[in-house]
Amino acid sequence: MVKINGCELDIAGKTLADYLSSTSYDPKRIAVERNGEIVPKSKYGETVLEDDDCVEIVSFVGGG
Amino acid sequence: MIPTKEEWVKALTERHGEELQNAFSSATVAVCGLGGLGSNIAISLARTGIGKLILIDFDRVDITNLHRQQYKADQSGMYKTDALRSNLEEIAPYVEFETHAVRLTEDNAAELLRDADIICEAFDRAECKAMLINFVLETMLDKYIVSASGMAGLGSGNTIKTRRISEKFYLCGDGISDVSDGIGLVASRVMLCAAHQAHTVLRILAGHFET
Repeated sequence: MVKINGCELDIAGKTLADYLSSTSYDPKRIAVERNGEIVPKSKYGETVLEDDDCVEIVSFVGGG
Repeated sequence: MIPTKEEWVKALTERHGEELQNAFSSATVAVCGLGGLGSNIAISLARTGIGKLILIDFDRVDITNLHRQQYKADQSGMYKTDALRSNLEEIAPYVEFETHAVRLTEDNAAELLRDADIICEAFDRAECKAMLINFVLETMLDKYIVSASGMAGLGSGNTIKTRRISEKFYLCGDGISDVSDGIGLVASRVMLCAAHQAHTVLRILAGHFET
Protein backbone atom coordinates (compact mmCIF):
# COMPACT_ATOMS: atom_id res chain seq x y z
CA MET A 1 0.00 0.00 0.00
CA VAL A 2 1.10 3.55 -0.71
CA LYS A 3 0.17 6.32 1.70
CA ILE A 4 -0.88 9.50 -0.11
CA ASN A 5 -1.79 12.52 2.02
CA GLY A 6 -2.60 10.13 4.87
CA CYS A 7 -4.77 7.71 2.82
CA GLU A 8 -3.62 4.12 2.12
CA LEU A 9 -4.03 3.36 -1.59
CA ASP A 10 -3.43 0.13 -3.48
CA ILE A 11 -1.32 1.69 -6.23
CA ALA A 12 2.17 0.25 -5.68
CA GLY A 13 3.84 -0.31 -9.06
CA LYS A 14 2.17 2.66 -10.73
CA THR A 15 4.23 5.70 -11.65
CA LEU A 16 3.54 8.98 -9.95
CA ALA A 17 2.48 10.41 -13.33
CA ASP A 18 -0.02 7.55 -13.78
CA TYR A 19 -1.49 8.18 -10.35
CA LEU A 20 -1.70 11.94 -10.86
CA SER A 21 -3.46 11.52 -14.21
CA SER A 22 -6.19 9.54 -12.43
CA THR A 23 -6.84 12.48 -10.10
CA SER A 24 -8.01 16.07 -10.52
CA TYR A 25 -4.68 17.59 -9.44
CA ASP A 26 -3.39 20.32 -11.77
CA PRO A 27 0.28 19.40 -12.37
CA LYS A 28 1.19 23.11 -12.61
CA ARG A 29 -0.08 23.79 -9.10
CA ILE A 30 1.47 20.98 -7.10
CA ALA A 31 4.63 19.92 -5.32
CA VAL A 32 5.14 16.26 -4.45
CA GLU A 33 7.24 14.93 -1.60
CA ARG A 34 8.00 11.23 -1.44
CA ASN A 35 9.40 9.89 1.85
CA GLY A 36 10.37 13.44 2.81
CA GLU A 37 12.12 14.33 -0.45
CA ILE A 38 10.86 16.44 -3.32
CA VAL A 39 10.12 14.56 -6.52
CA PRO A 40 11.44 16.71 -9.38
CA LYS A 41 8.72 17.59 -11.89
CA SER A 42 10.79 16.00 -14.64
CA LYS A 43 10.82 12.66 -12.78
CA TYR A 44 7.07 12.11 -12.29
CA GLY A 45 6.95 9.72 -15.24
CA GLU A 46 9.79 7.53 -14.04
CA THR A 47 9.01 7.56 -10.31
CA VAL A 48 7.46 4.18 -9.51
CA LEU A 49 5.47 4.16 -6.28
CA GLU A 50 6.48 1.36 -3.93
CA ASP A 51 4.86 -0.37 -0.98
CA ASP A 52 5.16 1.70 2.21
CA ASP A 53 5.98 4.89 0.33
CA CYS A 54 4.66 7.96 2.07
CA VAL A 55 3.67 10.64 -0.45
CA GLU A 56 2.54 14.16 0.31
CA ILE A 57 0.96 16.10 -2.56
CA VAL A 58 0.71 19.82 -1.85
CA SER A 59 -1.82 21.45 -4.15
CA PHE A 60 -1.63 25.23 -4.05
CA VAL A 61 -4.61 27.57 -4.26
CA GLY A 62 -4.34 31.24 -5.26
CA GLY A 63 -4.13 34.22 -2.94
CA GLY A 64 -1.39 36.20 -1.32
CA MET B 1 13.50 61.58 16.98
CA ILE B 2 14.93 58.44 15.37
CA PRO B 3 16.86 56.26 17.82
CA THR B 4 20.53 55.56 17.11
CA LYS B 5 21.53 52.11 15.89
CA GLU B 6 23.06 51.37 19.29
CA GLU B 7 19.81 52.29 21.07
CA TRP B 8 17.76 50.19 18.64
CA VAL B 9 20.03 47.12 19.00
CA LYS B 10 20.06 47.51 22.79
CA ALA B 11 16.26 47.64 22.96
CA LEU B 12 15.91 44.50 20.84
CA THR B 13 18.63 42.66 22.75
CA GLU B 14 17.06 43.50 26.12
CA ARG B 15 13.77 42.06 24.88
CA HIS B 16 14.95 38.96 23.02
CA GLY B 17 18.21 38.16 24.80
CA GLU B 18 21.62 38.31 23.19
CA GLU B 19 21.69 34.80 21.75
CA LEU B 20 18.30 35.05 20.06
CA GLN B 21 18.86 38.59 18.81
CA ASN B 22 22.19 37.51 17.34
CA ALA B 23 20.40 34.71 15.49
CA PHE B 24 17.84 37.20 14.15
CA SER B 25 20.30 39.93 13.24
CA SER B 26 22.70 37.59 11.44
CA ALA B 27 19.94 36.12 9.26
CA THR B 28 19.03 36.96 5.67
CA VAL B 29 15.42 36.31 4.69
CA ALA B 30 13.96 36.66 1.19
CA VAL B 31 10.33 37.69 0.72
CA CYS B 32 9.07 36.69 -2.72
CA GLY B 33 5.99 38.71 -3.59
CA LEU B 34 5.10 41.90 -1.71
CA GLY B 35 1.31 41.73 -1.63
CA GLY B 36 -0.92 40.98 1.34
CA LEU B 37 1.36 38.20 2.57
CA GLY B 38 4.77 39.62 1.70
CA SER B 39 4.24 43.19 2.90
CA ASN B 40 3.00 41.93 6.27
CA ILE B 41 5.74 39.30 6.59
CA ALA B 42 8.38 41.94 5.91
CA ILE B 43 7.03 44.29 8.57
CA SER B 44 7.04 41.60 11.26
CA LEU B 45 10.56 40.51 10.34
CA ALA B 46 11.91 44.07 10.18
CA ARG B 47 10.45 44.84 13.60
CA THR B 48 12.20 41.76 14.99
CA GLY B 49 15.54 43.02 13.75
CA ILE B 50 16.29 40.45 11.05
CA GLY B 51 19.68 41.41 9.63
CA LYS B 52 18.83 41.60 5.96
CA LEU B 53 15.61 41.35 3.98
CA ILE B 54 15.63 40.63 0.25
CA LEU B 55 12.37 42.03 -1.16
CA ILE B 56 11.23 40.87 -4.61
CA ASP B 57 8.19 41.98 -6.62
CA PHE B 58 7.79 43.27 -10.20
CA ASP B 59 4.50 45.04 -9.55
CA ARG B 60 3.42 48.56 -8.63
CA VAL B 61 1.09 49.65 -5.83
CA ASP B 62 -2.50 49.88 -7.04
CA ILE B 63 -5.62 51.25 -5.38
CA THR B 64 -7.02 47.70 -5.32
CA ASN B 65 -4.12 46.64 -3.05
CA LEU B 66 -4.84 49.11 -0.26
CA HIS B 67 -7.52 47.05 1.48
CA ARG B 68 -5.00 44.42 2.57
CA GLN B 69 -1.42 45.36 1.73
CA GLN B 70 0.87 47.53 3.83
CA TYR B 71 1.03 50.53 1.50
CA LYS B 72 -0.31 54.05 1.84
CA ALA B 73 -2.81 55.71 -0.48
CA ASP B 74 -0.23 58.21 -1.70
CA GLN B 75 2.09 55.36 -2.75
CA SER B 76 -0.18 54.28 -5.62
CA GLY B 77 1.86 53.85 -8.76
CA MET B 78 5.18 53.25 -6.99
CA TYR B 79 7.05 49.98 -7.35
CA LYS B 80 6.10 47.86 -4.35
CA THR B 81 9.80 47.31 -3.67
CA ASP B 82 10.38 51.07 -3.35
CA ALA B 83 7.19 51.76 -1.39
CA LEU B 84 7.71 48.92 1.07
CA ARG B 85 11.37 49.74 1.55
CA SER B 86 10.40 53.32 2.39
CA ASN B 87 7.78 52.14 4.90
CA LEU B 88 10.15 49.60 6.45
CA GLU B 89 12.94 52.16 6.79
CA GLU B 90 10.57 54.28 8.87
CA ILE B 91 9.82 51.30 11.12
CA ALA B 92 13.26 49.70 11.35
CA PRO B 93 15.95 51.98 9.89
CA TYR B 94 18.87 49.70 10.69
CA VAL B 95 17.71 46.57 8.91
CA GLU B 96 19.54 46.04 5.62
CA PHE B 97 17.20 45.93 2.63
CA GLU B 98 17.92 44.60 -0.86
CA THR B 99 15.15 45.16 -3.40
CA HIS B 100 14.54 43.68 -6.82
CA ALA B 101 11.69 45.05 -8.97
CA VAL B 102 11.67 42.00 -11.23
CA ARG B 103 9.50 38.96 -11.82
CA LEU B 104 11.07 35.97 -10.02
CA THR B 105 11.43 33.04 -12.41
CA GLU B 106 13.33 29.76 -12.64
CA ASP B 107 15.94 31.68 -14.65
CA ASN B 108 16.82 34.31 -12.02
CA ALA B 109 15.78 32.65 -8.74
CA ALA B 110 19.14 31.01 -8.04
CA GLU B 111 20.95 34.33 -8.23
CA LEU B 112 18.35 36.47 -6.42
CA LEU B 113 17.90 33.99 -3.57
CA ARG B 114 21.52 32.90 -3.21
CA ASP B 115 22.20 34.81 0.01
CA ALA B 116 18.94 33.92 1.76
CA ASP B 117 18.92 31.54 4.72
CA ILE B 118 15.13 31.32 4.63
CA ILE B 119 12.80 32.05 1.69
CA CYS B 120 9.19 33.18 2.16
CA GLU B 121 6.92 32.33 -0.76
CA ALA B 122 4.28 35.08 -0.80
CA PHE B 123 3.00 35.01 -4.36
CA ASP B 124 -0.62 35.40 -5.40
CA ARG B 125 -0.93 32.80 -8.16
CA ALA B 126 -0.96 29.08 -7.41
CA GLU B 127 1.27 28.30 -10.41
CA CYS B 128 3.91 30.75 -9.18
CA LYS B 129 3.79 29.27 -5.68
CA ALA B 130 4.30 25.75 -7.06
CA MET B 131 7.11 26.91 -9.36
CA LEU B 132 9.09 28.48 -6.52
CA ILE B 133 8.56 25.59 -4.10
CA ASN B 134 9.65 23.02 -6.68
CA PHE B 135 12.62 25.13 -7.77
CA VAL B 136 13.93 25.72 -4.25
CA LEU B 137 13.38 22.18 -3.01
CA GLU B 138 14.96 20.70 -6.16
CA THR B 139 17.96 22.99 -6.52
CA MET B 140 18.62 25.01 -3.33
CA LEU B 141 18.94 22.24 -0.79
CA ASP B 142 20.42 24.40 1.98
CA LYS B 143 17.44 26.80 2.13
CA TYR B 144 14.35 26.68 4.28
CA ILE B 145 11.18 27.71 2.45
CA VAL B 146 8.03 28.93 4.17
CA SER B 147 5.04 28.97 1.82
CA ALA B 148 1.34 29.81 2.04
CA SER B 149 -1.79 28.36 0.48
CA GLY B 150 -5.39 29.10 1.41
CA MET B 151 -6.12 32.36 3.23
CA ALA B 152 -8.94 33.96 1.22
CA GLY B 153 -12.40 34.88 2.45
CA LEU B 154 -14.09 35.22 5.80
CA GLY B 155 -13.60 31.65 7.01
CA SER B 156 -12.57 31.20 10.63
CA GLY B 157 -9.13 32.49 11.48
CA ASN B 158 -8.65 29.32 13.53
CA THR B 159 -8.30 27.23 10.36
CA ILE B 160 -5.06 28.98 9.35
CA LYS B 161 -2.28 26.62 10.43
CA THR B 162 1.43 25.94 9.93
CA ARG B 163 2.50 22.48 8.81
CA ARG B 164 6.02 21.17 8.34
CA ILE B 165 5.73 19.19 5.11
CA SER B 166 9.36 18.04 5.08
CA GLU B 167 12.61 19.02 6.79
CA LYS B 168 12.95 22.44 5.15
CA PHE B 169 9.47 23.02 3.73
CA TYR B 170 6.78 24.70 5.84
CA LEU B 171 3.27 25.48 4.61
CA CYS B 172 0.90 27.98 6.22
CA GLY B 173 -2.79 28.56 5.50
CA ASP B 174 -5.98 26.52 5.47
CA GLY B 175 -4.97 24.78 2.24
CA ILE B 176 -8.31 25.28 0.51
CA SER B 177 -9.63 28.88 0.47
CA ASP B 178 -8.91 29.99 -3.09
CA VAL B 179 -8.84 33.67 -3.96
CA SER B 180 -11.09 33.05 -6.94
CA ASP B 181 -13.92 31.82 -4.69
CA GLY B 182 -16.16 34.29 -2.90
CA ILE B 183 -14.99 37.73 -1.82
CA GLY B 184 -11.27 37.23 -2.29
CA LEU B 185 -8.75 38.31 0.32
CA VAL B 186 -9.44 40.43 3.39
CA ALA B 187 -6.71 42.17 5.38
CA SER B 188 -7.28 40.35 8.66
CA ARG B 189 -7.14 36.78 7.34
CA VAL B 190 -4.23 37.36 4.97
CA MET B 191 -2.40 39.01 7.88
CA LEU B 192 -3.05 35.91 10.00
CA CYS B 193 -1.40 33.77 7.35
CA ALA B 194 1.47 36.25 6.92
CA ALA B 195 1.95 36.21 10.68
CA HIS B 196 2.17 32.40 10.60
CA GLN B 197 4.88 32.68 7.96
CA ALA B 198 6.87 35.37 9.77
CA HIS B 199 6.52 33.49 13.05
CA THR B 200 7.75 30.29 11.41
CA VAL B 201 10.83 32.17 10.20
CA LEU B 202 11.57 33.32 13.76
CA ARG B 203 11.03 29.82 15.17
CA ILE B 204 13.41 28.31 12.60
CA LEU B 205 16.05 30.91 13.47
CA ALA B 206 15.52 30.17 17.16
CA GLY B 207 15.91 26.43 16.54
CA HIS B 208 12.29 25.58 17.38
CA PHE B 209 11.20 23.15 14.69
CA GLU B 210 7.71 21.74 14.24
CA THR B 211 7.54 17.96 14.46
